[in-house]
Amino acid sequence: MMQFMLLFSRQGKLRLQKWYVPLSDKEKKKITRELVQTVLARKPKMCSFLEWRDLKIVYKRYASLYFCCAIEDQDNELITLEIIHRYVELLDKYFGSVCELDIIFNFEKAYFILDEFLLGGEAQETSKKNVLKAIEQADLLQEVRPALTGKAVIIIII
Amino acid sequence: MPAVSKGDGMRGLAVFISDIRNCKSKESEVKRINKELANIRSKFKGDKALDGYSKKKYVCKLLFIFLLGHDIDFGHMEAVNLLSSNKYTEKQIGYLFISVLVNSNSDLIRLINNAIKNDLASRNSTFMNLALHCIANVGSREMAEAFASEIPRILVAGDTMDSVKQSAALCLLRLNRTSPDLVPMGEWTARVVHLLNDQHLGVVTAATSLITTLAQKSPDDFKTSVSLAVARLSRIVTSASIDLQDYTYYFVAAPWLSVKLLRLLQCYPPPEDTSLRSRLTECLETILNKAQEPPKSKKVQHSNAKNAVLFEAIALIIHHDSEPNLLVRACNQLGQFLQHRETNLRYLALESMCTLASSEFSHEAVKTHIETVINALKTERDVSVRQRAVDLLYAMCDRSNSKQIVAEMLSYLETADYSIREEIVLKVAILAEKYAVDYTWYVDTILNLIRIAGDYVSEEVWYRVIQIVINRDDVQGYAAKTVFEALQAPACHENLVKVGGYILGEFGNLIAGDPRSSPLVQFNLLHSKFHLCSVPTRALLLSAYIKFINLFPEVKGTIQDVLRSDSQLRNADVELQQRAVEYLRLSCIASTDILATVLEEMPPFPERESSILAKLKKKKGSSKLPDMDDSRKNVNGSTEHAEDAEVASKVPSHTFTDDLSVNSAPSSGASLLVDVFSDFSSAAPTEGSDEHFPRFVCKNNGIIYENQLLQIGLKSEYRQNLGRMYVFYGNKTSTQFLSFSTSVSSNDVLDSQLNVQEKPVDPLIEAGAQVQQILNIECVSDFSDAPILNIQFRYGGTLQNIAVKLPVMLNKFFQPTEMTSQDFFQRWKQLGAPQQEVQKIFKAKNQMDTDVSKAKLLGFGVALLDGVDPNPANFVGAGIIHTKTTQVGCLLRLEPNTQAQMYRLTLRTSKESVSQRLVELLSEQF
Repeated sequence: MMQFMLLFSRQGKLRLQKWYVPLSDKEKKKITRELVQTVLARKPKMCSFLEWRDLKIVYKRYASLYFCCAIEDQDNELITLEIIHRYVELLDKYFGSVCELDIIFNFEKAYFILDEFLLGGEAQETSKKNVLKAIEQADLLQEVRPALTGKAVIIIII
Repeated sequence: MPAVSKGDGMRGLAVFISDIRNCKSKESEVKRINKELANIRSKFKGDKALDGYSKKKYVCKLLFIFLLGHDIDFGHMEAVNLLSSNKYTEKQIGYLFISVLVNSNSDLIRLINNAIKNDLASRNSTFMNLALHCIANVGSREMAEAFASEIPRILVAGDTMDSVKQSAALCLLRLNRTSPDLVPMGEWTARVVHLLNDQHLGVVTAATSLITTLAQKSPDDFKTSVSLAVARLSRIVTSASIDLQDYTYYFVAAPWLSVKLLRLLQCYPPPEDTSLRSRLTECLETILNKAQEPPKSKKVQHSNAKNAVLFEAIALIIHHDSEPNLLVRACNQLGQFLQHRETNLRYLALESMCTLASSEFSHEAVKTHIETVINALKTERDVSVRQRAVDLLYAMCDRSNSKQIVAEMLSYLETADYSIREEIVLKVAILAEKYAVDYTWYVDTILNLIRIAGDYVSEEVWYRVIQIVINRDDVQGYAAKTVFEALQAPACHENLVKVGGYILGEFGNLIAGDPRSSPLVQFNLLHSKFHLCSVPTRALLLSAYIKFINLFPEVKGTIQDVLRSDSQLRNADVELQQRAVEYLRLSCIASTDILATVLEEMPPFPERESSILAKLKKKKGSSKLPDMDDSRKNVNGSTEHAEDAEVASKVPSHTFTDDLSVNSAPSSGASLLVDVFSDFSSAAPTEGSDEHFPRFVCKNNGIIYENQLLQIGLKSEYRQNLGRMYVFYGNKTSTQFLSFSTSVSSNDVLDSQLNVQEKPVDPLIEAGAQVQQILNIECVSDFSDAPILNIQFRYGGTLQNIAVKLPVMLNKFFQPTEMTSQDFFQRWKQLGAPQQEVQKIFKAKNQMDTDVSKAKLLGFGVALLDGVDPNPANFVGAGIIHTKTTQVGCLLRLEPNTQAQMYRLTLRTSKESVSQRLVELLSEQF
C-alpha cells in the first residue's frame, strides 16, 4: 500500500501532499523536509528507488516537478513508477499539457483527480478514460459562471 | 476538455495565490497570509451571512494556506456547512477541506458524519463517491463506528454503480486497516470474493486490493479467491493486447490488476488442486516467456509495466518455493537484469535475488552470479544500488565463498559511503564469525574492520571478538600477537585500544616470551595510548594494568608508579580515580596468591542459555540500546567483580557473567549476532512520555513523570558542556518495587551528539521510599532530540515498563554573555546570513507579562541585555552554547505585541541547526 505521495519543485516547494496513513502534522512536516532533501540531492541518472526508514521511496522527475511515493516493503516499485506516470498523464490530459503552475493554481483539482485514481493508497481505477469521465461529470455539475479559466489566470500572471 | 472544467472561477483565490507567489521573502509571505487570515476571520464572524460561493472561496484559501505549511485553527465549521450544500463544487471543496484537515473535535465529527450519511443515502453516485472518498481519506475511528456496517452493504448491493463499488471497496479497506475490530465479517465476504469475476476491470482492481488485505488477516475465509484469481490472471496474460481496451497500458494488459492478483496469490501456498496448479504454472511461464520476447514499444512505460508484472510473478515463484524449474528460470532472468543498462532494473534484480538466495533450489544458481555482483559493488555509481549488492553478497554467502565475499566487503569498506558503513561492518562481523573455520582468520578480519572503519564498529562487534577469544584456547596466543602488532601503528582507533587492552590484560603472558613483546614493552605500548583515549577506555586500560601486575610481577613497580601519579589518583573523573586508588591498594596489600585468585583469567562466557535469554528479552520488546549500555559497564568493569569478591562485595560475584550472557554471550551458532543485526535494522526510537517535557525548557527542577505507582523528580545542574542530573524515583505504593532498573537510550543521531552516563541505581525500592540516581551528561555537538529514560520494575508480580523523555535540551548548555549595545549590534550584523537567522511569529499562549517573560528568558539560559533595543518592551539576550566540539554564540530578540497577542522571536547564531532548535524550544514557552 502506498503510504503517501508528495509533489515538490526543484526548489523544494511542496506542491501536493497526500497521506494514506494517519500522522501528526509535525511528523508530516518532518518527513517532507527529510525526503525533499534526500531526493533533491540525488543525481539525474541514479536509480528511482531508495530505502528510507522501513519504506521504499519511488520517485521520478517530470520537468520542474518531482513526484515521490512511499510504499511498503512488499510493494512493487516498478508499478508504482507507472502509477506516477499515469497520474501525470491524467493531469496532462485534464489541463492540456500540464505545468507546475496548473497544479499550484488548481491544487484542488489535482487532489480530486488523485482521489479518483488512487484511494486508501491503492489504485482504484487505472483506466484513463474512466477517471477523466468521472472528473468531467463532476465538472458538468458545477454552476457555470462567466469565469476566468485557470489557464487564463496563468497568462495574466506570466 | 471543456474550458469550464478547468476553473470554477474563484478569482479571489487565484489573486491570493499569485500574491503569495510574488512575495519576495518568507516574512512578506507570512505578512500576506496573516492579512488574509484576518480578512477571512472577519468575514466568517461578520453579521452578513455569506453565500455559498464566498464560503467556498474562503475555505479554499484556508486550505491553500494550510498546505503551504501554516497552522489553521478556524474555518472547520464553515467547511462542514459546505458539505450540506446542494451545489456540487461547494460540497466538493468542503469534503476536500475535511479530508486534509482532519479534526478530532467530536461535535464536528458528528456533523460531518451526518452529512456523509445523507450523501451515502442520496443514490446520486457522484455524491456517494465524494462521501466514500472522505471516509477513505480520514479513516478515523468515529467514522468506522458510523459506517463500517453500511459500506459492505453498498459494496455488494446489486444496483450499486461500478464507480461507487470501487470507492466502497477501498474505503472498506482503509477502515479495515485502521479499525479492523469494527469491520464485521459476514455473509458479504463470499460476495466480495465474487467481485473478482466482475465484468468491470476497475471493480476487479479495487476489489483485489480489499480481498488481499482481508485474506492476509483471515486466509481461510477467502480461500475461494485463489481459483478466481488464477482464472482472472490467466485470462489477462493470454489476452491479446487490445482485448482489454483502456486497461491496456503501453501494450501491457492490465498491469496493475496483474500485479495485485499475483500479490493476492502470495497470501496462499501453491494450490493443491493439480489442474489449478498447472494453470497457474502456465501463467507464470507465460509471463517469464514474455520477458524474452522483443519489446512491443521502445517507451520505458512499456518495459516498466511488463517488468513490474514479471517481478511480481518472480516474487510469487519465490514465495511458493516449490517449482525448481521456475525458480531457476527466475534466477536466470534476474541474472540478465543484473547487467541491464537500466539502473532501476539492476537495482530490483539485486533486491529480488536476495530472497532467491535463501531458497535451497536456487541458492546455487544465485551463486553463479557472484562476479557480476562484486563488480556491481565496485562500479555502480549509485549508493543505493551498491547497498543492494552488499545485501546480495551477504545473502549468497556460504562456506564455499565466504573468504572471497568477506575480503571484497572489507576492501569495499575502505571507500564505502558513510551512510552504509555501519551496516557493512555488522555484516562482515556476522559472516566472519558464521563461516570461520579457523579463528585466526576471524580475528584478522575483525581487527581489519576496526582498522578500516573503527568509528563504525559498534560495541557489540568488539565485545564479540573478546568473547570468542576468551572462549577459544586455540586462538588466544594468536590474538595477543595480532593485537600487539596492530597497536604498533602510530594512529590506531580507540576500539582497537579497547580490544588490545582487554586481550593483552588476559593473554599478554602468551607472547611475553618474545623480547620484542616483553611485559614492559607491552605495558609501554598500551600506556602510550592512554592519554588519547576517552574515560571508559582509560578505565578499561586501568583494569588491564592491574591484570598485568598479576601476570608480570616484574612490571609491578612501573605500574604502581603510574597508578600513584596525580593524574590518576586525583583524576577529576570519579570512576578513574576510584579505580586507580583501589587497584593501587589491592596491588600493595594483597599477597600473590590472593592477587592471582582475584585477577584470574576470565571464565568462558556461557554459550547456550544466553541466546534464549537474549531472545526472550527481545520478545519482551526491550530495545537494543539499553542492553548495550549494560554490557558496556560490565565489560569495562571486568575486574570489578573480582575486586568486589575481595573487598566489599556489593554485587554477587556472578553478576558479571550473568549480565553479559544476557546481552552478548555466544549461542550455539551465530544466531545471536544475527539477532543483534536484525534488531539493528528494525530498531525504532522509543517514544517516551513527554507531557511535562516542555515545562523543563526554562527550569531544571521538578516532577517529570507521575503515575499511580511511581513519581519521578529531577534536579539538574549544568556547566559548560557538562551536566549532572539527579533523578528521584519515588514509590507511591505500599509494596516494594523489585528488579528496578533503568537505562537511557538515544536514537542513532542523538547518540553521537550527547553522551548520557548513568550511575547504578538500587534494584529495590521500598514502599513509600525514594531512591536517587545520578546521570552524567556531556554535550558533544548540538542536538535536537531528547534521550529516553527507560524504567523497568516488577510491581506485585507484573513487569512495568515506563519510558520518559529526559528534558535535556540544547539550551541547557548555555552560558549567558553580557555585552554592550555596540557589541551586540556588531555581532548581530555579522550573523546576517539567511540561514543563520530563524524567526517565528506565534500567538501568545499565556498572559503577556514582562516579568514572567524575563524570568523565562533567564531560565532559558541567556543574559538579558537592557538598553540595547530602542523599544523597551522588547527583550534582547545573548549567550554561548557549549558543546564538546564547538561553541556557538547566540543572539536573541523577542518582540511582544500585546495588541495582537503575538510574539516575534528571532534567533541568530552561527549554526543553522542551533538557531532552528532554539526557536522551537523557546517559542513553545510563551
